[in-house]
Amino acid sequence: MLSAIDKLLLEQIAGLHDVPQGAYNIRKNGEAAGRATSVNIDIASKTDKPGINVTVKPGTKNESVHIPVIVTSSGLNDLVYNTFEIGEGADVMIVAGCGIHNSGKDKSQHDGIHEFYVRRGARIRYVEKHYGEGNGTGGKILNPKTILYVEDDATVELELVQIRGVDSTKRDTEVTLADRAKLVVTERLLTDGNEEAFSNISIDMKGAGASAQVISRSVARGSSKQDFAFDLIGRNACRGHIQCDAIIMDNAVVISTPRISARHQDAQLIHEAAIGRLESQQLLKLQSLGLTVQQAEDTILKGFLK
Amino acid sequence: MLKLNDIRLSAGGAQILDGVSLLMEDKKIYVITGPNGSGKSSLARVIMGIQSPDSGSILLDGQDITTMGITERAKLGIGYAFQHPPRFKGIKVRELIELAGAESKSVCDLLYSVGLCSKDYLERDVDGTLSGGEIKRIEIASVLARNLKVAVFDEPEAGIDLWSFQKLAETFNAMHERFNTTIVIISHQERILDLADEILLMSGGRLHRQVSKDVIMGRGIVDGCECSANCGKVGVGNAECDR
Repeated sequence: MLSAIDKLLLEQIAGLHDVPQGAYNIRKNGEAAGRATSVNIDIASKTDKPGINVTVKPGTKNESVHIPVIVTSSGLNDLVYNTFEIGEGADVMIVAGCGIHNSGKDKSQHDGIHEFYVRRGARIRYVEKHYGEGNGTGGKILNPKTILYVEDDATVELELVQIRGVDSTKRDTEVTLADRAKLVVTERLLTDGNEEAFSNISIDMKGAGASAQVISRSVARGSSKQDFAFDLIGRNACRGHIQCDAIIMDNAVVISTPRISARHQDAQLIHEAAIGRLESQQLLKLQSLGLTVQQAEDTILKGFLK
Repeated sequence: MLKLNDIRLSAGGAQILDGVSLLMEDKKIYVITGPNGSGKSSLARVIMGIQSPDSGSILLDGQDITTMGITERAKLGIGYAFQHPPRFKGIKVRELIELAGAESKSVCDLLYSVGLCSKDYLERDVDGTLSGGEIKRIEIASVLARNLKVAVFDEPEAGIDLWSFQKLAETFNAMHERFNTTIVIISHQERILDLADEILLMSGGRLHRQVSKDVIMGRGIVDGCECSANCGKVGVGNAECDR
């Protein structure tokens, strides 16, 4: 049974009002809290360590897998290994994400290590949302590691979202792209208070015709700190573009470290990074439409992080 | 009706507005023209509340709004189309115009009235992918979307071509019919001067005259010098006048 808090967390991280349709696995406080498989999608517990194996049959189309994690007990330190096998030519959406409700004084932590094998010609959209809440003094910590092996002609879209409430996060994303494999990463991050967020994205374009696009947008408020590191490697005739944009407010700190490494004369790599405050002209424009300063600020930030 | 009384504004030791007094009636189009740096845009920003005057007062329908902020003035029915409109990442054209107060069904008509095909623009972001002309037109549409007592357009011509100019003139007329709006346009464009009920000439932070367009366009001058009769400098002939 899902409690009211569980349902609220599920809605925040996966847009779910109750148990999802199709294949799903809900992990609560380090234990399985519900699972369903479909004809084409199998979910099985690992036998050697905590975590699951998700297997999507070749050719599976228009199906989704929800694998949310919720942590509601204070002091829990949860570590999980999940492996995804996406069969040739499949086209699926995977919704992950972790919500922590910590009303205690002890640290609650979830570290998820996700490994994806996206086979030839397959296509996945992977959405990972992080959310923290609760009035306790205990920290809410999320450290995801995502490793993707993308085979020939396969496409991966990653949507990584963390909007407030997580005290500390260290996100590592490593992607290897084969011939004509395509990657699009959209990262959205908002930190406030004393929150800290580190994000390392490393993309290794090994195949000819591989392409990667990273669009990272973040807002840092209060005394929060954000630290981004990007490494885009081109080992073949390939194209890569990283675009990161941050709005800095109050006493926040934002650090962005770009690296592009070309190891082939036909590798075309671009990195664009900008950090700046809210534009006063944007605020004035929205005020002139009748919005208050606060409403104008919220509207601008909401659009920016959409 | 908007009334400005002896508005003065200085910045960095320079007198930007030097005692501007002006009465603008409902349902009329006023065009403010004059050389660069004469204070036209500053006057527009003072009307919207973006800049506060050092002294003087502003009255909207008799209510003193001099100390009011931008939001309050906007709520009272003052609108301003920026000369250099800001761009917004992640906000769609449709969303911006709806924020301005338009109902969803009227957004298409508003875009059409500034010469943009709504199908191409509704779902586009108001960001750097729009050209200078496109962003200016969307800016104008965001002001047309509102039920305004006073609408100020700062150099709208930058985004308007011949075709949409005719549409814009019709739209201004429609605004008059629906809301009795006082329209204030800052412009150097002769075709826009042609729309004016009254043209205001500014130079050196002063409003030199408030006259009909016939006089400014030279059509009113038949015998003698009519401009001197309306001249703020109270000149006695062409030699002492700006013309």
